[in-house]
Amino acid sequence: MINELMMYFEMPFVRFALIVGVLISLCSSLLGVILVLKRFSFIGDGLSHVAFGAMAVAAVFNLVSDMIVVLPVTLITAVLLLRTGKNTKIKGDAAIAMLSVGALAFGYLLMNLFSTSANVSGDVCSSLFGSTLILTLTPVKVWLCVILSIVVMGCFILLYNKIFAVTFDESFAQAVGTKVDFYNLMIAVLIAIIIVLAMNLVGSLLISALIIFPALSAMRIFKSFQGVIIGSAVFSVICAVLGMVTSILFGTPVGSTIVAVDFAGFLIFAFIGFVKAG
Amino acid sequence: MTQLSVKDLAIGYDRHVLTDGISFQIESGDYVCMIGENGTGKSTLMKTLLGLQPALKGNIEWGEGVTPQTIGYLPQQTEVQKDFPATVFEIVLSGCQNRLKHRFFYSKADKATASDQIERLEITDLTQKCYRELSGGQQQRVLLARALCASKKMIFLDEPVTGLDPGAVDQMYSIINKLNHDGMTIMMISHDVDISVQYASHILNLGSNVQFKDIKSYKSNQNTESGGTR
Repeated sequence: MINELMMYFEMPFVRFALIVGVLISLCSSLLGVILVLKRFSFIGDGLSHVAFGAMAVAAVFNLVSDMIVVLPVTLITAVLLLRTGKNTKIKGDAAIAMLSVGALAFGYLLMNLFSTSANVSGDVCSSLFGSTLILTLTPVKVWLCVILSIVVMGCFILLYNKIFAVTFDESFAQAVGTKVDFYNLMIAVLIAIIIVLAMNLVGSLLISALIIFPALSAMRIFKSFQGVIIGSAVFSVICAVLGMVTSILFGTPVGSTIVAVDFAGFLIFAFIGFVKAG
Repeated sequence: MTQLSVKDLAIGYDRHVLTDGISFQIESGDYVCMIGENGTGKSTLMKTLLGLQPALKGNIEWGEGVTPQTIGYLPQQTEVQKDFPATVFEIVLSGCQNRLKHRFFYSKADKATASDQIERLEITDLTQKCYRELSGGQQQRVLLARALCASKKMIFLDEPVTGLDPGAVDQMYSIINKLNHDGMTIMMISHDVDISVQYASHILNLGSNVQFKDIKSYKSNQNTESGGTR
């Protein structure tokens, strides 16, 4: 089995997949902690469906790189969603649910009506569940992913203290002069970037898992914010690598294997947390 | 010395006025209790003074080096905070965020300030404890320590004892009283008029008829009023 694994690691596309997987799982776990604590877990879900809709539009117009459409659309939606969270007629969760299913239906409709490919349901399935997407990464996409991940992690580390302050208590932060709106906007932008990146790895239906599981698992055990952030990052990377290796060896779909490992990890952490507290 | 002077202020949301005609002056070392019925906008007044929402009308002037950014604010607890995974030290340290300016990370001086305030409120043994595992009274003391990191001159407290058990309430009041004796100017929203009268130097009564009185004239006013009805 080790030999077989070594043989796979020789192949460039497997290495690309591993690099991208580690980076995406790292970024999503960092932002996931913030989203879960701010009660915004569903935003990841809603945004990923919007990204799917945008991808369908890109496919219809036969664009060479769908990123040109998907990234800006997702970004704008993220900003709008976090804005509406505050004070609009349609409440935040309802707005997200509406956008989420709307985009999903619209995307599938477009793909069915205008698709040039012979295998529509195969295309849809792979963009929803990311079955083989990750193994077809081009070097350009890998570089894009590396650069965007570094941007996300850089922002997060440098602004860590402000992000903590804004997440824990917006009123206090705003009262002492922290630009709360700016940081909320930045968080929205970072989330959008991560979701677009993560679509390559697990597909748009399963992205929420990458965002939520590491954060929730780490919160079972760690008592400090720093501990939760680091724990969540380590948890996410280990699960992603385990999931990818398993899927390579046994030929299972990448996205759902990673999520299954995440879920198993969550159960273990929840059990440890239970024992520690008990 | 006057730290805050408010003239003919109107507060509220959008165009809906909660209370108007608010005028008062706070001097250094004052202990102001804000009382009034629900819906008169006590929290809203505090937020307006802090610049969290716009004033509908009127003037707010700050003096003696006090600005909204250098006030220690103790807001009401939010849902998010109740199960927040963070240590006491991390939370108190976040009170120093107005000193970060263009730095990214806290300095040794900031950390020392946080430790000092933790000691001042006698929660040193809780420093590395998780916030969500503390009692209500302990949580309020942590948030008060954070407020003290942000300010040397003036603190705003929004119902600091709501939901605490009687022992914790007494302890909280005596801590606030001690801070006031150390020279801290205090503005506190309170439901408990008796306690307010016991500790405060001034009473601000919001409502249809806004009153701002020092404690002596407030008490004598109350006495003549109750005497008259008898």
